[in-house]
Formats: sequence, structure tokens, C-alpha cells
Amino acid sequence: MKKQLTCIECPNGCVLTAEVKNGRLLTVEGYQCPKGETYAKEEIESPRRTVTSTVRTEGLGIKWVPVRTNRPIPKASIGAAMQAIQRVRLTHPVRVGDVVVANLLSLGIDVVATRNSE
Amino acid sequence: MKNNTVQHDCIIVGGGPAGMAAALEAAAQGVKDILLLERDQYLGGILNQCIHTGFGLHQFQADLTGPEFSARYIQRLHETPQIRVSLQTFVVRLTPDKILTCIKPGRMLTLAAKALILCTGCRERTREMIPIPGTRPAGVFPAGLAQKLINMEGLLPGKEVVVIGSGDIGLIMARRFSLEGARVRAVIEILPQSRGLARNVVQCLEDFDIPLYLQHRVACLYGRQRVEKVKVVRVDDSLRDLPGTAFFLPCDTVLVSVGLIPENELIEMAGVPLDPRTNTPVSPGINQTSFPGLFVSGNAFRIYDLVDSVVRDSACAGRQAAEYLRGLGT
Ligand SMILES: Cc1cc2nc3c(=O)[nH]c(=O)nc-3n(C[C@H](O)[C@H](O)[C@H](O)COP(=O)(O)OP(=O)(O)OC[C@H]3O[C@@H](n4cnc5c(N)ncnc54)[C@H](O)[C@@H]3O)c2cc1C
Ligand code: SF4
Repeated sequence: MKKQLTCIECPNGCVLTAEVKNGRLLTVEGYQCPKGETYAKEEIESPRRTVTSTVRTEGLGIKWVPVRTNRPIPKASIGAAMQAIQRVRLTHPVRVGDVVVANLLSLGIDVVATRNSE
Repeated sequence: MKNNTVQHDCIIVGGGPAGMAAALEAAAQGVKDILLLERDQYLGGILNQCIHTGFGLHQFQADLTGPEFSARYIQRLHETPQIRVSLQTFVVRLTPDKILTCIKPGRMLTLAAKALILCTGCRERTREMIPIPGTRPAGVFPAGLAQKLINMEGLLPGKEVVVIGSGDIGLIMARRFSLEGARVRAVIEILPQSRGLARNVVQCLEDFDIPLYLQHRVACLYGRQRVEKVKVVRVDDSLRDLPGTAFFLPCDTVLVSVGLIPENELIEMAGVPLDPRTNTPVSPGINQTSFPGLFVSGNAFRIYDLVDSVVRDSACAGRQAAEYLRGLGT
């Protein structure tokens, strides 16, 4: 079965045509760099997204600290990830890259701060 | 010059990515006395509210969030002794001979610049700039303002959202509202294609099953105190309404994402000719104005899609200022 995808790895947004069988990628065309090929495979076989959000602070320099997952997580886990992130209250200062939620949903992926709180 | 005026070789107004990149490059080109003025409490400009990824793919070969991108520049600024940063410094007046009046908490000061670079960014076009008939209820927000409310103040403006315009900021906010548990009914775009990047249509709309109505427009807003619904109609290729195509979408919030316009009040005050259509300086070349030694860069010079291009062109403004100062024998 042929499937059209748009690569989201960079602003070029290459349109990819994938040949898919039983949920597996056979071949793909239309990418302009190797990232597109990897993206197609992942997107067909187990789509993932980086989640970004904010966490509330208490007594720190900024009221909300922006955060991200340090790697993309399975798309199906996004809702649960948001709930875990919404429960966090930061009371100690953090710097860019500091872990805010370790091992999110036991995925082996951390949520890290993307801005210094002070 | 008044005797309480302090003079600097190079003054930069605006501490967003444009201002930071211009300052760093001016320093790299040998300018020794650089002052960067920012009205906010923090450096970073609009990047502070852009918590999503998509920044720095060219500049750093990394997919950074806005604050992460900005943090790399802030770090370099702190390591550059030629640059002094003055926060909470709001420039309110500019004269043709590059004298600036600034307000700091509790006091006013006057500064003179030999070379001046304005990096004051842009602001959003509002509903007033694209007339939508109907009542004037609460609940209608420019998309970037909604972004600031959610990401910096932690306030979710509503629970049922219609987005007008498919610019990147509108698409990104459609995802942000969805992640926070609101229902985004639709994105309405009058053109036959999305104005935003394809990657944002995929990861912000398709991922959340948000319909994108192309060649449609919001014909009317309804609601007494708060917006209650909108009327949507299909348009033809000449943007005329197609009869019999109207439908209604209930909502408590409407986001307007219809573009940005450069913020250039200061140079206008100084008498620099502006193009009234785009609000950008009438310019003989990149970052230039018709006044020697007065440069404009970043979103104030023209609206950029990518911060990577902003910092590339703004570094060029830093070089231009350095060259101008060399010409003066500074
Ligand atoms: C909402 C939004 C979302 C975006 N999303 C993306 C994206 O996903 N990826 C991407 O690559 N690009 C994105 N961009 C584009 C990119 O981030 C911007 O083009 C870039 O940040 C512009 O930088 P700037 O320095 O020109 O302006 P700004 O970041 O707006 O900085 C201007 C600064 O000047 C200060 N200032 C203004 N007037 C004065 C004054 N009179 N006195 C003192 N200080 C003053 C302001 O406080 C501000 O800090 C987005 C832009 C916007 C607006
Ligand atoms: S294939 Fe490469 S160039 Fe094309 S969108 Fe993907 S990352 Fe960008």
C-alpha cells in the first residue's frame, strides 16, 4: 500500500511516498536528506513526538518554567505525559537541561528544563 | 549634546535574538563599547514564549526550543565584556541625531549613539486590522497573546477554540490548547493552502485531528459577553462567499493568527521614511535606513519565518555598524 507523509524534521517539509506492508515500511521516496528516510520508518512503524510544555514553580524567579522531553516519546503516550508534567511543582532553581521528571512513564526518557528559572 | 547625556559607540535597542546577534557580531568586529537595551526583565524577546521546538536547525544543527536557542546567545553575551546589557530599559524617544530617551524603573536617562541598531521586533495584527462583522464579545485573542498567557502566565484562555488564519503561530497554538485539554474545533483559512509550514500542519493539526478548512472564512462572530459561536462560509477563488455553504461552530475562544507587522515607532519618530504598507524602513539595502549609522534588523526590518535567518542577518547589522564606526575613525 502506498502512503503519503510529510517529513516534519525540518522546515523543508518534503513530501514522502512510502510503500507500506502490514505496518512495516518497505521503501520510501521523496526525501532530500537521510533524516527523511528515518522519519518515514518511525512514522509508519512507531510514531514519536517531542513534547514541550511548562511546569509551575513556587518561589522561583519565573512563575512557569518551559520544559521538553529530551527525546521524542511514542505518540500514544502524549496524553499521559502531559498529565505527569502538569503534576510537577518546582521549588528548587533549575538551569537549562536539568531533569524535571526522570524516566517519564518508565519510557527511559526525561523531561528537562529549557530555561533557567532565575 | 546635553551634558548629562552618556555617549556609546554602538547602542542596540531590543534584546531578542536580533539584538543579541547584532551585539555579538559588533563585538567580534572590534567594537569596544556596546550597550544593549531591553525593556523587559529578561533577554530573549519573543523566544521566551515560543516553548516549542523548531529553532536552531541551521545555526546549531539542533532542534531547540525558543528559550534554549536564546540561552545559547545569553551565555555568549555574558562572556563578552565589550557588551553591557541594560534590562528594564524602555526606549521611548529617538531623535535624528541618534539621541535616545529611556525610562528605567524610577528614572529617565538620555543616551547618544554613534552607531545605532534597532531590533525592536514586531507585533501581531489584530482583529481590528481584518474586519470581522458581528458583536464585540470577550474571548477573541491574537494567537501570540494567547501563547504568552498560556506559556508564561499559566492561564488557559478558553476551552473550545476556533483559530482564524493558518499561520505558524495559529497552528502551534492549536496544538498547545489541545495539549492543555481544550477542544480546538477548527482552523479556518481563506487561502487554498496553509500559510504555515507543512510540518506544523502535520504535527499541530493532524496529530490532534483538528480540521483545517481551506478556502473558508469566518463571516460573523456571535455572543453577548463572551463569544459563543462563529459562522463559517466557503469562498471561491476570488474570495467571494459561496451561497448555501454557511455553517456554525460553537466556541468560547477565537484566536486570530493573521500575521505580524514590524514595530518601528522609534525610527518613525526620528523621521526615517517608512513604507506605510509594511511599516518597514525604506531601505537602500539589508538592515539599512536612509540615515547613516542607523540600522534596523530582525523582525523590525522585515518579518522573518525563521529565527536562524534573523540571527544571520542581524549579525550582518553588527558588521555594518562596526564598519560605519571605522569610517568615523572610532
Ligand atoms: C509568536 C511567534 C512564534 C514563532 N515561532 C517560530 C518557530 O517556531 N521557529 C522559528 O524559527 N521562528 C519562529 N518565530 C520567528 C522568530 O522567533 C522571530 O522572528 C524572532 O524571534 C524575531 O527576533 P527579533 O529579535 O527581531 O524580535 P523579538 O524577539 O520580538 O525581540 C524584540 C525585543 O525588543 C524589545 N523592545 C521592543 N521595543 C523596545 C523599546 N522601545 N525599548 C527597549 N526594548 C524594546 C522587546 O521587548 C523584545 O525583547 C516566531 C515568531 C513569533 C512572533
Ligand atoms: S527529508 Fe530532510 S530535508 Fe526533507 S523535510 Fe525531512 S529533514 Fe528536511
